Amino acid sequence: MVTTQVPLDDIWRWLSDVPDPEIPVISVVDLGIVRDVQWDGDTLRVTVTPTYSGCPATAVIDMEIEAALRAKGIEHVTLKRQIAPPWTTDWLSDAGRAKLEAYGIAPPRPAGGPARCPRCHATTVERISQFGSTPCKAQWRCKDCLEPFDYFKCI
Amino acid sequence: MGDSTLVLGQRLSAWCGHAPALEEDIALANIALDLIGQTQLWLGLAGQREGKDRDADTLAFHRDAWDFRNLLLVEQPNRDFGVTMMRQFLFDTWHLEALRALTHHTDADISAIAQKAVKEVTYHRERSTDTVIALGDGTEESHARMQSALDRLWPYVGEMFEADADDLTDMAALRPAFDAHLAATLSAATLTQPSSDFAHLGGKTGVRHTEHLGHMLATMQVLPRSYPDAKW
Repeated sequence: MVTTQVPLDDIWRWLSDVPDPEIPVISVVDLGIVRDVQWDGDTLRVTVTPTYSGCPATAVIDMEIEAALRAKGIEHVTLKRQIAPPWTTDWLSDAGRAKLEAYGIAPPRPAGGPARCPRCHATTVERISQFGSTPCKAQWRCKDCLEPFDYFKCI
Repeated sequence: MGDSTLVLGQRLSAWCGHAPALEEDIALANIALDLIGQTQLWLGLAGQREGKDRDADTLAFHRDAWDFRNLLLVEQPNRDFGVTMMRQFLFDTWHLEALRALTHHTDADISAIAQKAVKEVTYHRERSTDTVIALGDGTEESHARMQSALDRLWPYVGEMFEADADDLTDMAALRPAFDAHLAATLSAATLTQPSSDFAHLGGKTGVRHTEHLGHMLATMQVLPRSYPDAKW
């Protein structure tokens, strides 16, 4: 049987069009959860690392990656879950960070809190709760425009 | 490790839609989710090592109370929000120290799970510590409830440091770090650490669970037991 191995650059490009199901403005590649893509004969092996161990989006992400690759004509896809080294917000791409802020979610910072309000850009912000609408987010509030906002928390 | 995270994850899930404030509701549901996720990793590995074709779901839903190896602390009922948060604080304080030790485990799979979980549990402990301080050093009513929660749960603390042959790390060695965080938190919370060393034992070994576990498992396991091939 003749098999065509699509160049890996194309695969990465296709994957960068697969949105995160909870935060659709960033892709699974922006999020840094696609760790590796390799051909093994006619099978494409994709290694994915979960953000939070109980994140319900993980199963949806796996399905969407597989569906996107099949839609491009790749017949044999296997997904491998890899938990070590554990996912860190350091793997979020710069493009992803900018897209998050434009969407209204303050991007993560090692300092442990948002730099500024994603809406009005004021720097006087306070934490409401370390937990938010998804496992990866915390709730903060701008003391200037008084709007609450999501902060993508650092792990 | 997996049974304790499973039982506590199930306990916390019961707060979903009932917590005293929206932020608390969301936080408890998120922590429950993290713990259930960690359970899938621990029980998944346990099933794989056992080699009897049992996956994480089989271990969670098709074992009876006497086969569970969780700490007695986590099977204690939620009662009021104060008891729930004190239970969480005591567990998180131990859990974080246990996971930190397990990140150095010689078994790569155990170390990998611990490295993943330690990041999540760092947030859990930060939050439960802040809450215990806020409620302990809060109103007369909240202070009284937190002291009563601590007094009620204290006899379940000793088991966390009781060594037994199945431990993945030296649990007794975690006590000094636990005691240091506990003392600093209780002091800030104006709460008094009970003086008795008495400890109920038997959860981690499965020898003597409290009566609460069976009731909780009955609710948790009824669907997969009544409809063994159910899919959703």
